[in-house]
Amino acid sequence: MDKTPKIDLDPGYDFKRKAKSFFTNNMVTIMFIVLSLLAFQVSGMNSHLYFSDIVSRMSRNSFTVLSLIIPVIAGMGLNFSIIVGAMAAQAIIIYVTHWGVPGFAGIMLCVVLVAPLSILLGYLTGNLFNRVKGQEMITGLIFGYFAMGVYTFIFLQLVGGILPMDNEVLVLSSGVGIRTTIDLTGGIRYGLDDLLRLPLPIMMIIAGAIGALYQLFVFLKSDRYKSERLNLVVWLLISILVVVLAVVLMNSSSPLRNISIPAATWMAIIALCFFLVFFTKTKLGQDMRSVGQDRHVAAVSGINVDRVRVIAIIMSTVLASWGHIIFLQNMGAWSTYGSHMQIGFYAIAAILIGGATVSKATIGQALLGVFLFHTLFIVAPAAGREIIGDAQAGEYFRVFVAYGVIGVTLAMHAWKTRLQSMQKIKDLKEKEDLAG
Amino acid sequence: MQNLFKSFVQNFGIPRLIILGFFLLLCVMAIILDIDFSDLMSASLVRIGMNGILVLAILPSIVCGTGPNFGLSLGIICGLLGGLIAMELTLNGFTNFFAAIAFAIPFAVLVGYGYGLLLNKVKGSEMMFAIFVGWSIVSVMKIGWLLLPFNSPEMAWPIGRGVRVTIALLNREVSQLLNNFWAFNIGNVTIPTGLLLFFVLCCVLVWLFMRSKTGMAMYAAGDNPRFAEAAGIEVDKQRIIGTIVSTILGAIGILVYAQSFGFYQLYEGPFMMPFIAIAAILIGGASIKKASITNVIVGSFLFFGILVVSMPVANAFMADISSMAEITRQIIQNGIILYALMQAGKGDGA
Repeated sequence: MDKTPKIDLDPGYDFKRKAKSFFTNNMVTIMFIVLSLLAFQVSGMNSHLYFSDIVSRMSRNSFTVLSLIIPVIAGMGLNFSIIVGAMAAQAIIIYVTHWGVPGFAGIMLCVVLVAPLSILLGYLTGNLFNRVKGQEMITGLIFGYFAMGVYTFIFLQLVGGILPMDNEVLVLSSGVGIRTTIDLTGGIRYGLDDLLRLPLPIMMIIAGAIGALYQLFVFLKSDRYKSERLNLVVWLLISILVVVLAVVLMNSSSPLRNISIPAATWMAIIALCFFLVFFTKTKLGQDMRSVGQDRHVAAVSGINVDRVRVIAIIMSTVLASWGHIIFLQNMGAWSTYGSHMQIGFYAIAAILIGGATVSKATIGQALLGVFLFHTLFIVAPAAGREIIGDAQAGEYFRVFVAYGVIGVTLAMHAWKTRLQSMQKIKDLKEKEDLAG
Repeated sequence: MQNLFKSFVQNFGIPRLIILGFFLLLCVMAIILDIDFSDLMSASLVRIGMNGILVLAILPSIVCGTGPNFGLSLGIICGLLGGLIAMELTLNGFTNFFAAIAFAIPFAVLVGYGYGLLLNKVKGSEMMFAIFVGWSIVSVMKIGWLLLPFNSPEMAWPIGRGVRVTIALLNREVSQLLNNFWAFNIGNVTIPTGLLLFFVLCCVLVWLFMRSKTGMAMYAAGDNPRFAEAAGIEVDKQRIIGTIVSTILGAIGILVYAQSFGFYQLYEGPFMMPFIAIAAILIGGASIKKASITNVIVGSFLFFGILVVSMPVANAFMADISSMAEITRQIIQNGIILYALMQAGKGDGA
């Protein structure tokens, strides 16, 4: 009998191994898909309600979640300090509301005014992070809480007093401090969303067309390898499928076809996606990538590591502040001292659920994560009512999921890096033994 | 002389000087504003006593090398569980209090052991991990409080299910139990003798423990794990012991806190409590890697002193005092943690 390793001849082996590694690498995402499907089934939710809710949730949250990607590329982990950007946005929105600039003009004014403030705050945060290399995440989290104290102090104790503001609607009746909730109705509410609203099928056709064109563009620019060709065909098929679905939907009587999509908001999100793709190809983006892979190697090859890291945090902060403007203009009424609180955790939980890790995050993961996380958010209370008999339980559960997912991902990352460093020490020892 | 001053500032840390200065400033302002000082003293003593054991609970975790225990909420939840069991059995007074501690400790040992095992798997990022373990467990326990079968009318909602958000201890004669034990007045200052005695007792016990053979091994394991390993100390085991002790102290700490406060706060209650305790010990001069009983006492005195004195002083200047205390706490608490992180980050940056 020939005892050559039969495994190599087994055509299924490679596939099995690939499948196994796919499952282990995407465990969180897969578990989440199963969980969401189960919760959706149990909740007995009406699909029209669900779809219109998920569309508005995705359109208001995606931008903020995408703002997390750049620091991950630069090796700084998940940027818990994006809530600093959110607070900057809130500060500017308070003033724009005070000046009474409504609608899209108000939004654009916010976007322009918040940029310098976010750049300044991002610069401070980035420099802080450079003093605590390796502990950026916990520092970001604590810095967020610290900034929250300062923000509350300014808007509850100074505005109206030391910083004069004469506005009966915004300022508390005592004359000092901003009210605890601010209503943007008549101000910038839906300023971006209402710019252009399209029904779902039309938006699907546009999305399909953009996707197909983009893949074609990538294909034409590349060297047209075989694998790229396959990629192109797959994507074109998906795009065509989306368009066909849209046409079917348009001619059906399903209530889904009447869901209106805030197209302008989605344009902003898509533009950000394109910007992120483009940015990673620039010199600065490449520098960030090498800093993220190995700070020491990057420094030796002449990259100013500290500067690159500060720029990454500045970009993330600015994007997060814009994302928060999108979020608030959709929410309308918001809590002055509370609506920034959960932004960081929920955004981070979302991107992790999409399959991102502390050291790797992509646009696809961010968007998939927003979709899955908010699906759970929508169906959890109803599912909780069905299972335990208390909607509150579902709400508690989804909060638990947010913290739990972050905890598990951090633990897995810490565990992996530890194994790797132990392996490195082992390898070094072996080398020494060989040399000795 | 100048050098001496410089090294003192460096060792003590500029933020701590600022905090000390702020405290003195508050005291001076309180005198100028003619605020009754004896009231402030009484209130400060109570706050120090009721929070002291929670601050003390951070000590073993720093000493054994897992860093400040951001997951102290685990111990707090064990304590609350013990307290609720004692309530359910309709025990009164001291029986209730000590029964609660007795019920809580087995939970705390088990939870601390499991938590310690987890912390050993994530060496190097314990703090971040601990924060999220703490928050996850607080959220899970929110469902737990809804489902646990406690029926005593003081705890259960009259309609619906689950345990109340705050549970009053007055009817069980536990409220202010330690505070009033042997309490006496010096002038107008009330000394909560029982409370302070209990705190001192816990400090002495921990101090003795740190000087025992296990305590010394724990010190070594936290100070220099590789050296300790070479000297034959099982570092992982010492870390687990430190975590268990920290969790037990957290459980006892919340029971002492609750008896002084008069209520058990469930659900959202334990959420940020570890941060307060950690800030206090850091203000007292501890770092992420080193801490002592002195740090615990000095830190409790300074931090809770500031919180007590800032209220009436802010009252004289600011519009909204209740939020001012909260803001002061938030800024000082997170500022000092940030500073400690920055100190720890010195030297190992690229």
